[in-house]
Amino acid sequence: MTTTVPETSSFGQRVLHPLPDQLFATASDLRDGGFLTAVDVTAVDYLAHPGRTDLPADVSPERFEVVVFLHAHQRRERVRLRVQVPVGDPVVPSLFDLFPGTEAMEREVFDLFGITFDGHPDMTRILLPEEWEGHPLRKDVDTGRIPVQFREAPVQR
Amino acid sequence: MSIEAPEGTHTDLDSAERVHRRDGSAVLRVSEAEAFELAGDPDNPDDDERMILNMGPSHPSTHGVLRLMLEMEGETVLRTKPVIGYLHTGMEKTGENLSYLQGPTNVTRMDYAAPLFSELAFSLATEKLLGIEVPPRATWIRMLMCELNRVASHLLFQATNGMDLGAVSMMIYGWREREEVLRFFEKVTGLRMNHNYIRPGGVAADLPDGWQDDVRRLLDLIPPRLDEYDTLLTGQPIFRERLQGVGVMTPAEALALSATGPILRSTGYAWDLRRDEPYLAYDQVDFDVLVGTYGDSFDRFAIRLNETRESLRIVEQILDQMPSGDYRTQDKKVTPPPRARIDDSMEALIHHFKIFTEGFHVPEGEVYVAVESPRGELGCYLVSDGGPNPYRMHIRGPSFVNLQTLPHLMEGGLIADAVAVISSVDPIMGEVDR
Amino acid sequence: MRRLPILGDVSRVSDDGLEGLEHNFVTARIEDLVKWSRARSCWPATFGLACCAIEMMATGAAHYDLARYGMEVFRASPRQADLMIVAGRVSQKMAPILRQIYDQMMEPKWVISMGVCASSGGMFNNYAIVQGVDQVVPVDVYAPGCPPGPETLMHAILTLHESIRTGELTRRREANDGGAAIHVEPPSPDGTTEQPVQLGSR
Repeated sequence: MTTTVPETSSFGQRVLHPLPDQLFATASDLRDGGFLTAVDVTAVDYLAHPGRTDLPADVSPERFEVVVFLHAHQRRERVRLRVQVPVGDPVVPSLFDLFPGTEAMEREVFDLFGITFDGHPDMTRILLPEEWEGHPLRKDVDTGRIPVQFREAPVQR
Repeated sequence: MSIEAPEGTHTDLDSAERVHRRDGSAVLRVSEAEAFELAGDPDNPDDDERMILNMGPSHPSTHGVLRLMLEMEGETVLRTKPVIGYLHTGMEKTGENLSYLQGPTNVTRMDYAAPLFSELAFSLATEKLLGIEVPPRATWIRMLMCELNRVASHLLFQATNGMDLGAVSMMIYGWREREEVLRFFEKVTGLRMNHNYIRPGGVAADLPDGWQDDVRRLLDLIPPRLDEYDTLLTGQPIFRERLQGVGVMTPAEALALSATGPILRSTGYAWDLRRDEPYLAYDQVDFDVLVGTYGDSFDRFAIRLNETRESLRIVEQILDQMPSGDYRTQDKKVTPPPRARIDDSMEALIHHFKIFTEGFHVPEGEVYVAVESPRGELGCYLVSDGGPNPYRMHIRGPSFVNLQTLPHLMEGGLIADAVAVISSVDPIMGEVDR
Repeated sequence: MRRLPILGDVSRVSDDGLEGLEHNFVTARIEDLVKWSRARSCWPATFGLACCAIEMMATGAAHYDLARYGMEVFRASPRQADLMIVAGRVSQKMAPILRQIYDQMMEPKWVISMGVCASSGGMFNNYAIVQGVDQVVPVDVYAPGCPPGPETLMHAILTLHESIRTGELTRRREANDGGAAIHVEPPSPDGTTEQPVQLGSR
């Protein structure tokens, strides 16, 4: 590993805490070490839970956290990368060039959290309609009912 | 870019480069407006080389509300864009407002062909956060129900796959057998689908009296019917022609695209979480992990058909080994007191009330648990802030990830084969969109 | 001699009346006949969305056998269907498409809202799901359940058949000016259609 990344363990599962600009290099090293598959990419908004205790001392908590799950099938190993992303600059490097399977997952995170993946080939909404406003999985967005938003479908007879 | 060779595979490993391409890739990455431009001028008779074909979201062979934008040249598919989100339900947001006991009610509606697996992943994750052990009987009941659910789900695949390829009688047969399994589910859980049966701490109810007879009846009934499917489909030249060599994928591509389940196994890569990262009591039963050779649609069909047999084999072993005892943990924190105690104990009543109104508190932490659903690796990522509701609940839906293989499977194929490929990926849209 | 199938020799009808025929007529008002035939040949459109679609397909399959009610022909094209079974949760993204498919169906057409998600949003009262499909299309019969079992769906279908046969739906539609009391504002003529259509809450 070229850079040292803080490492913790959560319920016996290995967790790494790279900085956003370390993410690509860390993932690249891991892939060269046999982690061929990115199982999942997701994010957590820690707005309503600021005082979390499971971060190592030298990692400062930010509001968003992008979580990348890597898997080395041959060695039966899994590792989780937790990247702290500040709300002022919600950008992390895309892992598409390493793991093309992250394409849809990163789009989902962008859609629901508004975190941009730098270098992603198609950073557009995936689940919500293209003209949707807001990112619903953020904690400052309410769950509650939103009035029906759609344009009248053209009548084609 | 070098990709390390997975052991025991015999395919060209440079092939993974194909899925890494940004430009000229099989994935169509355009918006609606750009698609219009790409499609060319419909009024110009000379401009007929390329067209954009829209398929879905309300199309009989897209398994629900999947929509595809296909870039075509004549009959050949060049690039594909799967457009999803037409069933986006916001379950991850809703899950943050439900207690851990209510959580399975929510996640069970994701993969509606195999609902018990989502419940299982959520329950296992919660139990890991809580640090509780479930009694052996609960574990084995979970295994029994999940394997039967896998049978039902694969039967559903056989039905829809047959119908998509024009074997309409297969539709009738597949549903007929699935109905038998569902009858047993109804007897055990009270519902045909969306059971909310597997809950943190165990299962909702013990198996009913005489369940062995029902399961034995299924074990007698389904294998001969599977042999009938073999007669009807496996050796049939038309069916083979439609599937063999259609939608081919190599193991390196499948790994790079994070594909799991029958898609990964069809490429010849033997990976099954039940065997390789055992959960429940799968290390105590004997079964085979089936792999394909060519990674085509026919391999995916054959794997699912034979996995049904393997599941029934596991069910047979469960029948012999089912332990007795509690069907849910006796940990007072998660399990309500028995009904009889509520009548004569004030504390029991309060306890019961608290569990079902406020819910139980789960220690702070985050955990990821994966199970092998009929479609691949179904993972649940739970973050707890110490409260009674999950702070964040994320489900890694295998259909959502597997859907990314579609453009690569269809590239260069014919439009008529697109239907066969979609069907062989077997996406469940509820899980794709969540 | 003119023979017609079933009726027999009709050449002497003008002289002998109906006496000479092999079989007798059943007379009815044309309106009743139309209603009867509409109720007995209701073709649903395949509009499966979520869990309920699986139960809808199970209803059509061998065990429950929807063919008994003349309903086995699920039409893939909305042009050939006169019943839309909205089976499952309707997302905000799907709602315009649902409406478009409804508009493409030929009159007379009916809608069954299958399951609680389609009827009221069900347990998903959040940003993504339309809280009741009756905000988008007029619903004739609601089938409760999550998902409704095939028996419930068949009951809903038979209820709809009965309503079609007795003309209850036609009367209600007329009273409501052709719909289920839903009014969608037409786009304004000066082209300011950028504003999304807002439907009133129920």
